[in-house]
Amino acid sequence: MSRVLVGVKRVIDYAVKIRVKPDKTGVVTEGVKHSMNPFDEIAVEEAVKMKEKKLATEVIALSVGPAQSQETLRTALAMGVDRGIHIEISGKDYEMLQPLHISKMFAKIAQDEKCDLIILGKQAIDDDSNQTAQMTAACLDWPQAVFASAIEKADNGLKVVREIDGGLETITTKLPAVISADLRLNIPRYATLPNIMKAKKKPIKKLTVADVGVDIKPRYEVVSVEDPPVRQAGSIIPDVDTLVSKLKELGHV
Amino acid sequence: MSQKNRVIALYKNLQYLLKEYPADAKKMQIGCKKAFLRNKDETDPKKIEEMIEKGEYVKKEIETLYALKKYRAMKKRYYD
Repeated sequence: MSRVLVGVKRVIDYAVKIRVKPDKTGVVTEGVKHSMNPFDEIAVEEAVKMKEKKLATEVIALSVGPAQSQETLRTALAMGVDRGIHIEISGKDYEMLQPLHISKMFAKIAQDEKCDLIILGKQAIDDDSNQTAQMTAACLDWPQAVFASAIEKADNGLKVVREIDGGLETITTKLPAVISADLRLNIPRYATLPNIMKAKKKPIKKLTVADVGVDIKPRYEVVSVEDPPVRQAGSIIPDVDTLVSKLKELGHV
Repeated sequence: MSQKNRVIALYKNLQYLLKEYPADAKKMQIGCKKAFLRNKDETDPKKIEEMIEKGEYVKKEIETLYALKKYRAMKKRYYD
């Protein structure tokens, strides 16, 4: 195995309270703290660990997004990734960008850079699509091992433990392959200040959508984005009899 | 790195880390500064070494705290 490609997405920080735009077209992103998608951090950590274990020779991070995505790439570089690729796309185009387009870009870059393994976060915490890894595997016609919670080297491939409903599934896969990282795969390291400074020297290649030749025409349309329903206030009941009668009234007994 | 430079590096690292402290970041940063100032007259290299070690330990603790907070938030959101 030689090269590993990881995906990093710049999303609104997990600790930020999300606000929906009044016109229901999306969420407020201006002036809001952004950081790397937590599941992508797990993917980066796994790739860097593979490099430390000499299972991989080079780790490349790819981010698709506006100019600020470079900061996210820097964080990945500070965690131990060797070099970054940034496909710049901004404004309206970025808002309309969908997992299918991203996966086509990943497929293209993986082929151009001759990668043997792609590790992605299982989903981004902003749109929660959970599609990119699966679609990338389909675009490349590579095997996929999604929701990985442990990755080990096996003869001529990898042994991956997957998180499935109510248990674990162990599969073996040949390389090249696409893996998506689940929450329990590892604990990502912190991008420390000295490492961030060092990461400034690492190269980031800038590309445009035209360079990768992917048609970014949207395949679906977002009709409206709305807040989840607000929880209704409870009430305090004076005694058991009222409780019983209330429950009966609501049809719970 | 000389001992002095190590102390400075530790201070910078801690200040950088504390910027993201979930509760009151400013208060933590000031607290950290005060802790360093309190011991600024220490000259015994052995004692300074002990303090650096303690500082490094605190740094690890904070990093772990952040990781755990993120993990718990994700677990609560997607797995519970």
